[in-house]
Amino acid sequence: MATEITSGPGAAGDGVRARAGGRAAKRALPPSWPAVVPLLVFVALAFGIPAVALLLGAFTVTDPRTRISSLSTANLTESLRGNYLATLLGSVQLSAVVAVLGAVLGAFLAQAVVTSRSRALRESVLSASGVLANFGGVPLAFLWVATLGNSGVVTSALGLGEAGWSLYSFWGLALVYMYFSVPLMVLVLVPALDGLKTQWREAASNSGATAWQYWRYVGVPVLAPSLLGGVVLLFGGAFAAYATAAAMTGSTVPLVTLQIADALTGNVLIGHENMALALSLDMIVVAGLVMAVYLPLQRRSTRWLR
Amino acid sequence: MVAVTPILDTPRAVSPGRPRRVRLWRGLVLGVAAVYFLVPMGTSFWFTVHNERQGFSLDAYRRILSAEGFGTSMLLSLALAAVTIAVVLGLTLPAMLAVRLGAPRLRPVLEVVCTLPLVVPPITFVSGIGTVLRWGPDYLAATPFWATLIAIQNETFPVVLVLAYVVLALPFVHRSLDAGLRAIDVRTLVEAARNLGASWPHVVFRVIVPNLRSAIAGASFLTLALVLGEYTVAALLGYRTFPVWIVTVAGSEGQLSVAVSLLSLLIIWLLLLVLSGAGAKRRSSS
Repeated sequence: MATEITSGPGAAGDGVRARAGGRAAKRALPPSWPAVVPLLVFVALAFGIPAVALLLGAFTVTDPRTRISSLSTANLTESLRGNYLATLLGSVQLSAVVAVLGAVLGAFLAQAVVTSRSRALRESVLSASGVLANFGGVPLAFLWVATLGNSGVVTSALGLGEAGWSLYSFWGLALVYMYFSVPLMVLVLVPALDGLKTQWREAASNSGATAWQYWRYVGVPVLAPSLLGGVVLLFGGAFAAYATAAAMTGSTVPLVTLQIADALTGNVLIGHENMALALSLDMIVVAGLVMAVYLPLQRRSTRWLR
Repeated sequence: MVAVTPILDTPRAVSPGRPRRVRLWRGLVLGVAAVYFLVPMGTSFWFTVHNERQGFSLDAYRRILSAEGFGTSMLLSLALAAVTIAVVLGLTLPAMLAVRLGAPRLRPVLEVVCTLPLVVPPITFVSGIGTVLRWGPDYLAATPFWATLIAIQNETFPVVLVLAYVVLALPFVHRSLDAGLRAIDVRTLVEAARNLGASWPHVVFRVIVPNLRSAIAGASFLTLALVLGEYTVAALLGYRTFPVWIVTVAGSEGQLSVAVSLLSLLIIWLLLLVLSGAGAKRRSSS
């Protein structure tokens, strides 16, 4: 049994039970792996084929005159230059700003909710966060266009247009993205903040620690995996967002998702049709790095929730 | 997502040392948040009901039902959602049960397969799908695959969207079902039912599924919300689902598009309310 416990992080209990019974029950139960096959086949078809197509396409260049395709890295090097690089950096910059600001504001809101004694406040903020974290895409864009767009209610009431305000700028887009990012952070952080035991705080203040010292040496280190995991999650969400930016027509912010959509709908030079695929590959690399940070963090942060 | 997050309702004790400062600070944070989150909803509502010429009128909401394209796009989105839910549950539930019961070595494989779509933003996924669909005329015109490719792009019911949505929903469905399966002892339940002479379909539908009701409901509602709100894949493949319709109608009818947006916020809210209600019922009965 002792060797079995090391079988898997996070799922040790199930692993032990499943393996311990595995040999004895083999005769009683029919082999169960065939039930996994349909899912794997489906993913191989619906996900694998487009992924392979994307990879092949990103490395294929078609000569516009001879119509002969050849393998090369020309698309990828071009996607990391000039205008294309600017859109990639624009997306990374916007996502980073949204992630950091969203995390900080979300942390404050979560702490305000957790320390509140009102059950009603807590329940309503949590359920509102659940709704707003899932509220994105097209409707979100129109809500903000009606509020702060060029002819939005607040814009015309306060005369913000003359003051130089534009929703279609970098900070305007960041403001819109925060509408789903902050609630997501609240959902990530509230369980973690609940995991901070009152006793730790009391022990700290009994030992003469100030509030700052408590947060610096106890609170934030315990919360760090959840906080970082939340930042990464917010980054990924803002990075992948396309519908909101696309619905806010007239936006001048360079974003890689808008650039890919442009290239997909044929808005590129002849011979550069595969630019969309090269840019997509760049995006997947960035998103993959982000997830590589997130998944271990998520596993670590659940340790404090018990 | 909210249903997966456990809500612990132990009220936190406020440290007695600095109650005033803490209360002031908390009030400030909550006030700013309330302004930021409520003002867009309020002003959007005002935007839909106020008109320079007529003053107050609910006309924008009345026009939704009769608006051209609303019915067909909404029906298409709902049908896509229903099929997607059926397919994604039909694929993942047996696989996850099998992994728990007799193939624990496939478990990491399943986990990787189900989290992989998170790494791929929808827009990159759709550029891959678009490439495959464009292969058709070049390489497959003489093969039976060609007919399949045409068939899945049928305008009235684009199966290709179902394929894409099932992949996009996999991570959420997997997480939700995994949480549900963690809470019950599948092996004991199955062995007990089998020893008592239950057939396999009976075990699955009368023993396992009822125990997973809230997890299955959670997975279904998350998938429903995902499909009803999905714009990127549908728009770039050229299908007129509900979100695509909102964008096309926005050009000519600003008020109408904002009214529909507010309604879809309301729909998400109702869906999650039903979802958390199902979860609560499950908890109180166990």
